[in-house]
Amino acid sequence: MDLFLNRLFDAISNGSAYALIAMALVMIFKATTLINFAQGEMAMFGAFAVMVVALEWNWPAWVAVIVGMVFMAAVGAGIERTLIRPFDPADHLPLVIITLGLFLAINALAGIIWRFDPRAFPELFPSGNALTIGGATLSWYTVGVVSTAVLTAGVLTILLNKTKIGLAFRAVSSNLESSRLVGIRVGPTLQFGWALAAAVGTLGAAVYVADPIRALEPSVMVRVLIFASAAAALGGLDSLWGAIVGGLTIGAVQSIIVPYTPIPNELSLAAAVVVLMLVLWFKPSGLFGTAQVERV
Amino acid sequence: MLEVSGLQGGYGQIQVLHGLDFRVDEGEVVVILGANGAGKTTTLRALSGMIETKGSISFNGEELVGKGAADIVRMGMAHVPQGRGTLPELSVEDNLRVGAYTRTDNEVDDDMDRWYEVYPVLKERHNQRAGSLSGGEQQMLAVARALMSRPTLLLLDEPSLGLAPIIVQDLFERFKQINTDTGTTMLVVEQNAQLALGIAHRGYVLESGHISVSGAADDLINDDAIRKAYLGV
Repeated sequence: MDLFLNRLFDAISNGSAYALIAMALVMIFKATTLINFAQGEMAMFGAFAVMVVALEWNWPAWVAVIVGMVFMAAVGAGIERTLIRPFDPADHLPLVIITLGLFLAINALAGIIWRFDPRAFPELFPSGNALTIGGATLSWYTVGVVSTAVLTAGVLTILLNKTKIGLAFRAVSSNLESSRLVGIRVGPTLQFGWALAAAVGTLGAAVYVADPIRALEPSVMVRVLIFASAAAALGGLDSLWGAIVGGLTIGAVQSIIVPYTPIPNELSLAAAVVVLMLVLWFKPSGLFGTAQVERV
Repeated sequence: MLEVSGLQGGYGQIQVLHGLDFRVDEGEVVVILGANGAGKTTTLRALSGMIETKGSISFNGEELVGKGAADIVRMGMAHVPQGRGTLPELSVEDNLRVGAYTRTDNEVDDDMDRWYEVYPVLKERHNQRAGSLSGGEQQMLAVARALMSRPTLLLLDEPSLGLAPIIVQDLFERFKQINTDTGTTMLVVEQNAQLALGIAHRGYVLESGHISVSGAADDLINDDAIRKAYLGV
């Protein structure tokens, strides 16, 4: 029982971190209907920015996180303007190649600036345990990550559903042509999505590496991006709450199902993909995705 | 209000419009008739800044050629595209709010109530996703959404397309009524000549990128050549 609870708590903390990155992917998917393969690396770069502000400038950790998010939002907006907007949004191949190129470039850039050695990262949540049940412990870190994920989904939902720019963003993601016809400036609206995604990604990477068992290094987000992509797809790619459910499911596969079965731990990634395949087999638009229903 | 001269436009290398001249006066309903492929849709897309154009489009004295769609909407033109162009994943109400995107006044809710009154079915379904509406309802939504921007000129691209005759009849009667009640000028592009000429003041016939005939709607209805070509009698 204790072992199960510990594994459950692990699943929740990993899953919530995947969910945060998945939410960033969902924002980009809503904007451009493609997976931004550079999302994890952008998030990693943002986490380095947080580390610099917190540990080299000695600013308070959460202020550093906000500075990092704002910084990466600007970078995300810049990437959209220079590398994404010049291309035809309906032609996905060039855009996919660009995000793959960005993946490599940002990873290399981080390596050049900060080397590839693991770095310490500021603590974002109190150390110690919030709850002890027998031999099982729920750490403040786990509580912190899951709260961050839920809070982020809540804030993004309000932003998308209750603000004018959110309305424009949803309009553009629903029908590009009609959005232009009602006077929405499509470029800046999509740019807003990229900025928001980059900020959320940075938050995700920051809370992920804030786990005392992890350190910050340029490749820290590579695996996370794969888990997060699976999580986003599981949730339906265009649903923020789907990203949370998807993230937690992938976390559960990795931390609960794999340890209880003879599947070697090294194959947990593959196990996650198998779950994804099964879900998409029965529900092609994911658990919470918008099925394309259109009556003409 | 709208003065078009020597309008050329197309898609990439393919030129569709070969120098159109026409005008629309304030308060009028003008119809552009034409067969499939004559350039009707392209004409409207040229006006609303969706494609590259050459020539001159003077709208309330301002030149539109070279301006983008976002600016043209803000100058008071609204375009209901062919195939409705609703935002299928958004609710009916959000579709209407999107229509008012360019507005900064605080009468958006009043306008929404007004169009709900004209199209009560939209009010009944205000929480439903636009994609789940029937074709006729989507067309009403598309028109109401365009009107939410408080346009002075409304462009309608084949509103009758794919709709049952009885629905189309009703739709066009509402257009006439909206034109009379609000003074909104309308430029309608249609294949259904009978219906369109029935509510229009004037009409033009577009043939392979040229205006071939123009005149008062009543004259066009009685013109033998047009009756043969577009009215099927």
